[in-house]
Amino acid sequence: MMQHWPVLPVLLPLFTGALLIFMARAELNTQRWVSVISALLGVPVSVVLLWQAQADTISVYNMGNWPAPFGIVLVIDRLSALLLTMTAVLGLLALLFGMRGDDRFGRNYHALFHFLLLGVQGAFMTGDLFNLFVFFEVLLIASYALLMHGAGPERTRASFHYVILNVAGSAIFLIGIGTLYGMLGTLNLADLALRVSEVGPEDAPIIRAAGLIMLMAFGLKAAMLPMYFWLPAAYSAASPSVAALFAIMTKVGLYAILRVHGLLFGDHAGALAGSMQIWLWILSIGTLTLAIIGLVAARTLKRAVSYLVVISVGTVLTTLAINDPNVLSGALYYLIHSTFVVAGLYLLAELIGAQRGTTRDYLTPAQPLAQPNTLGIMYFIGATAIIGLPPLSGFMSKVLIFRGTVTHPLAPLLWTLLLLAGLIALITLVRAGSTLFWRTNRQPPTPRKADPVKFGVTLVTLLFSPALAIWAEPVIQFTESVALQLNAPWQYIDAVLGSGLNLAVDAPALPPPLLGGQP
Amino acid sequence: MLLALIILLPFIGVLLPVWFHRHGRTACAWATALPPALGLVLLFSQAPAVLAGEVRRFSLNWIPELGLNLAFRLDGLSFLFCLLILAIGLLVILYGRYYLSSDDPMGKFFALLLLFMGAMLGVVTANNLLLLVLFWEATSLSSFLLISYWNGRSDARRGARMALTVTGAGGLAMLAGVLLLGHVVGSFDLDVVLASGELIREHAWYPVILVLILLGIFTKSAQFPFHFWLPHAMSAPTPVSSYLHSATMVKAGVFLLARLYPALSGTELWFILVSMVGLITMTLGAVTALFKHDLKGLLAYSTISHLGLVTLLFGLDTRLAVVAALFHIMNHATFKASLFMAVGIVDHETGTRDMRLLSGLRKYMPMTAMLGLIAAGAMAGVPLLNGFLSTEMFLGEAVAQRVLGGWSWVIPVVAVFAKVFSVAYSIRFIHSVFYGPSQPEALPKPPHEAPFFMRAPILILVGLCLLVGIVPNLIIGPLLAAAATTTLASPLPYYSLAIWHGWNLPLLMSMVAMVLGTVAYLNFARLLRLWERLPAVNAMDAFENFVHDVVIVRARQVTGRLENGSLQHYLSLLILGTVVVAASGLWGLERLNGGVPLSALDPPSVAIALIMMVTAIYSAIWHHERIAALMFLSVVGLGMALIFARFSAPDLALTQLSVEIVTIVLLMLILFLLPPRSPNDSTYAHVVRDGLVATSAGIGVGVLAYTVLTRPQQTISDYFIQNSVTGGGGTNVVNVILVDFRGFDTFGEITVMAIAAIGIFGLLDGMRLFDPKKDPNVQWASDKYPLLLLILNMPVLPLALMVAVYIFLRGHNMPGGGFIAGLIVAIALILQYLANGLRWSNNRMQWDYHPLVGAGVLLAGLTGLGSWSFGAPFLTSAHDHFHIPLLGEIELATAMLFDIGVFLAVVGATLLILANLGKLKSLDTASEENR
Repeated sequence: MMQHWPVLPVLLPLFTGALLIFMARAELNTQRWVSVISALLGVPVSVVLLWQAQADTISVYNMGNWPAPFGIVLVIDRLSALLLTMTAVLGLLALLFGMRGDDRFGRNYHALFHFLLLGVQGAFMTGDLFNLFVFFEVLLIASYALLMHGAGPERTRASFHYVILNVAGSAIFLIGIGTLYGMLGTLNLADLALRVSEVGPEDAPIIRAAGLIMLMAFGLKAAMLPMYFWLPAAYSAASPSVAALFAIMTKVGLYAILRVHGLLFGDHAGALAGSMQIWLWILSIGTLTLAIIGLVAARTLKRAVSYLVVISVGTVLTTLAINDPNVLSGALYYLIHSTFVVAGLYLLAELIGAQRGTTRDYLTPAQPLAQPNTLGIMYFIGATAIIGLPPLSGFMSKVLIFRGTVTHPLAPLLWTLLLLAGLIALITLVRAGSTLFWRTNRQPPTPRKADPVKFGVTLVTLLFSPALAIWAEPVIQFTESVALQLNAPWQYIDAVLGSGLNLAVDAPALPPPLLGGQP
Repeated sequence: MLLALIILLPFIGVLLPVWFHRHGRTACAWATALPPALGLVLLFSQAPAVLAGEVRRFSLNWIPELGLNLAFRLDGLSFLFCLLILAIGLLVILYGRYYLSSDDPMGKFFALLLLFMGAMLGVVTANNLLLLVLFWEATSLSSFLLISYWNGRSDARRGARMALTVTGAGGLAMLAGVLLLGHVVGSFDLDVVLASGELIREHAWYPVILVLILLGIFTKSAQFPFHFWLPHAMSAPTPVSSYLHSATMVKAGVFLLARLYPALSGTELWFILVSMVGLITMTLGAVTALFKHDLKGLLAYSTISHLGLVTLLFGLDTRLAVVAALFHIMNHATFKASLFMAVGIVDHETGTRDMRLLSGLRKYMPMTAMLGLIAAGAMAGVPLLNGFLSTEMFLGEAVAQRVLGGWSWVIPVVAVFAKVFSVAYSIRFIHSVFYGPSQPEALPKPPHEAPFFMRAPILILVGLCLLVGIVPNLIIGPLLAAAATTTLASPLPYYSLAIWHGWNLPLLMSMVAMVLGTVAYLNFARLLRLWERLPAVNAMDAFENFVHDVVIVRARQVTGRLENGSLQHYLSLLILGTVVVAASGLWGLERLNGGVPLSALDPPSVAIALIMMVTAIYSAIWHHERIAALMFLSVVGLGMALIFARFSAPDLALTQLSVEIVTIVLLMLILFLLPPRSPNDSTYAHVVRDGLVATSAGIGVGVLAYTVLTRPQQTISDYFIQNSVTGGGGTNVVNVILVDFRGFDTFGEITVMAIAAIGIFGLLDGMRLFDPKKDPNVQWASDKYPLLLLILNMPVLPLALMVAVYIFLRGHNMPGGGFIAGLIVAIALILQYLANGLRWSNNRMQWDYHPLVGAGVLLAGLTGLGSWSFGAPFLTSAHDHFHIPLLGEIELATAMLFDIGVFLAVVGATLLILANLGKLKSLDTASEENR
């Protein structure tokens, strides 16, 4: 069984989703049970992988027993394991929240939810460029369906933009893949990495162009300038449990950049090393700037949180532009922190909005909340964390990123922008909070208190921030080991092309290696 | 450990007031007092050692990776501040017990107060710069909650927001400064930093570090030009003002000046920046204070002025100035806290703080009047009170310094000027409130004396003012010496804490200031008229207006323009962005042509290409006529299939063909429900823009394709051809790739189809659209179900099913496979719908397609899982030869089972979509069909 463990994060949601379609006519409660059990199982599945990855093993799973680079491989290194675990945990939390009502407003919520998990987890694991595209499609179509879930004009419009832009993005991604395959003749990421390093200067511009095209395709997923426009509308229109799960979706784009561009255009890439950096800089700085402006302009809490998502994307992108393992470690810590905090804030925005009558989460005065104190404390935690004020995880990540960039020539610009983002977030969230909690009219509060499960899930999600702060040392040590592993791509390439999981019963004889062995 | 406990106690005790709240207000106050009282005891237990010059340290690793550790130190300086924080904290708790009304949630108040106290203790005892920043921001946060305690009031909310914004911004700057400092020194450990003064001052980053850290200090200590938040923070309850805004939080800034004095001071830049900011703040505060009619406003500006004085002292280039600064910090804390408390009593017992209404309160509250008089005397620097001593020292240093070279005389002159106002507002404070004719009828409440325990804290503080003023050495001599030694990090210069130093210049300056101040107060009315002629700026309104009108409105404009809700706009940005970025990458390519010769053009290829191009352009031109555009589009798709066929890819051609048909038919069904023409809402400029974007993208892709295709290629596809039969058991490499080599991709894609189907189902479920036939402008064919179609259709279904089975079975070796077979079945069934109508078909296929879709995906998955029982990875295929009667020798692969899954999923998904599209038609149409 252990040998098949690496494929479980894909198979579990896949079978669950298929089973849930199969039993689409079953009672909602039955579906919920199937759904939640699967989500529960998902956590230990990924935790085991995290445990294995932490011990410096890169698990490789050859689909169909075909050796890399010919078949499709799943590769789980520390980065993948980390993101898988985050997805599983966040998925479980979002599902528990969604089970308290979100899943009533339309059909097949649970099946779609697990397919979304499938797309995200598959994207985090695959070692094949085209397979990454396939998981992007799974992810896109499932998220689109979930976005429309329980439709309404706003939701339909936002999701329409979302899907059209993303389909265009898929086409762009395919052009990139096609160009790379046309030039290098392979789709396996490790194999691509090897071949890119052998590309001569005369062909380098074509590969570079392909890389940049894919950067844009991933950037669209990650919500990078000039393509983030779909995000604020889509995320703030989504039902809360879906929006919370979406917090990990922008990370898929970031992961893809980190993985694909890290492998293909890292320091070892010869003529092409670092050829994405300049655009990463320009686009990430632009993203940060416009997201800060958007945050100020937000009229609802969910919109504000959506721009915080874009800010977090911009922040991580800048660190990718710097391309230094120390900074990367900080960026990964930040990634964990921002994912959970933002997800928690989406959930919280729903709890708050539900107690404000028709005003919902609009930042205008309304009736007092039914639970001003407990929700207020939660808001305080979330806001403090995402602004980056001590003593929560946002502060730690800011310090980590700053420390890593101290001597970088562009540090003044980066620091200014990040500090400005913090300040603007402070002003905006404080204004928002004082409106939501304090500027009340004379109407009596709604007697309806938050559903205890929803309340608990929101609290747990937000409590990740203090937990990440208290146990910052082990977490940072882990993210550092992730960054170091990413900085040594040979490990990855070795693991994929070197051995792999050859449990062949009647495996075909291996052909002579195309590349003549290991570098 | 004891040290850590002092800081921890308030945090541990945070829940005490919340818990004891239900046991009454006195119990709540007692419970709250417990942590600081214990802390004070612990602090005193350390007194002998610390006053003897020892430094107590405590350290616990927290995040060594970050350089952030729980390191604390107790030296003379921290001892002094801890004492202020804990002792005044206790008094404020006692005072607050009587100040808060029974409507106010006292538990929350005291909990926040304890939180603040803990944070403040952390600031003054932190032995790690990052830890210091951490507590620093924690004081900002907790003070925000304290200022906004009466959150129902707009001024409280706005004042609190402004305070947090200003101090928060400063804190961010300080964080940057501290990080740079830590990098220069190589450690955030304060012991190391304090010992590295030389290194820091000589580093190229020193100016940046200094300015950033000073920004944090100046915002926190309300120094010009960041002083404006403090007066508005006065909307806090008075205990908060007296604790945070006189004794502790605003002192955090000057504390840090003292703390980092050994590391940062001693340069020209330091002296100029610190002294000038201090000088301006001191003067500005003193002058403004005189003209404030609100008692708390007066005290707020007076606090700003005194903080400026302390800052100025730290910026003077004499060592004794530091001693004076520390001395004044202590003195100011005692007299200002007591004054705030006195104001609180006045406010509490009369209902107003407006000096224009208050008068002659001496009669009603003699005790408070007396205490206020003494405290105000200390504020004015009257002899025998503590304020006098530190003011004398200050004036002495102002004379002795040489900061400004030839212009150094400016400082003492300005100091006397500020002192004049200081005296004047102190007189005004006392005279206008407690003296003059009594007119109780003008007040909101009949005035009377406050309860004893509310006065007690003032009594204690004022007693201290007197004691320090009369016997300074006895009371605070050792403490001041210890604190100053720490700050200067070297043996102390000589000074004497005595009341009488003989006739000297400082004393003369004091006397001049006293006289002139009295004169100024006597001419107050005239001065006020002058003052009122100055343009009045309300900092809070200015701040709020700036934030709202400028920042928010502008941001909304920019965001609105970028995110204008137009999909065309977003798409053009996406495509244009990609073209620009990709083109920049391609820049520098020497030859477009890579050397591989192009094959000769043959007429069929040219013809197909031309047809595709023309129809593609037409579909764009005719896009308003939806059906026509769709027709053109379908031609493009068919052209694609032909190209695949032309270049020997029959599998692709077949797939493309069937996908094309299914798509077009489904689209036609949807178009039936939409208006036939789409509105024309693009301007000419938009059309040009879109045309340019599309052209550039087309050229881009063309160039890329040309460069790639003219270059020699070395691919892994040879491997697939070699291993297709031996490893995959099929001669059709494309199919073996689809179901075996890359079966996982196919698995993913059928999942996508399944998701799309249930997604569309979810979208359409329960949706009803208007019947398009109601539109009189549209001419529909009169023949609803053409006879020819009906008749021809009948044999098609069985034939199509047979073809599908054939295509499916031969898939592994010849063009075909589950995907295509599924599409063929789907097309045949769609035809039934088209020919016979919805009702007829639905009556014959009354099942839910969900299970079919699910079963397809499940079957494919289970097939893949089967290989586990052989110990092989997921989706590993097995194949063998079987002899089947009638059919003869046949080779079966497990991949076929997988293919059946694909087949089911495709059929199910298509039908699920189709059935729901059909249901969209309104009931009218359905009933028509029955006729």
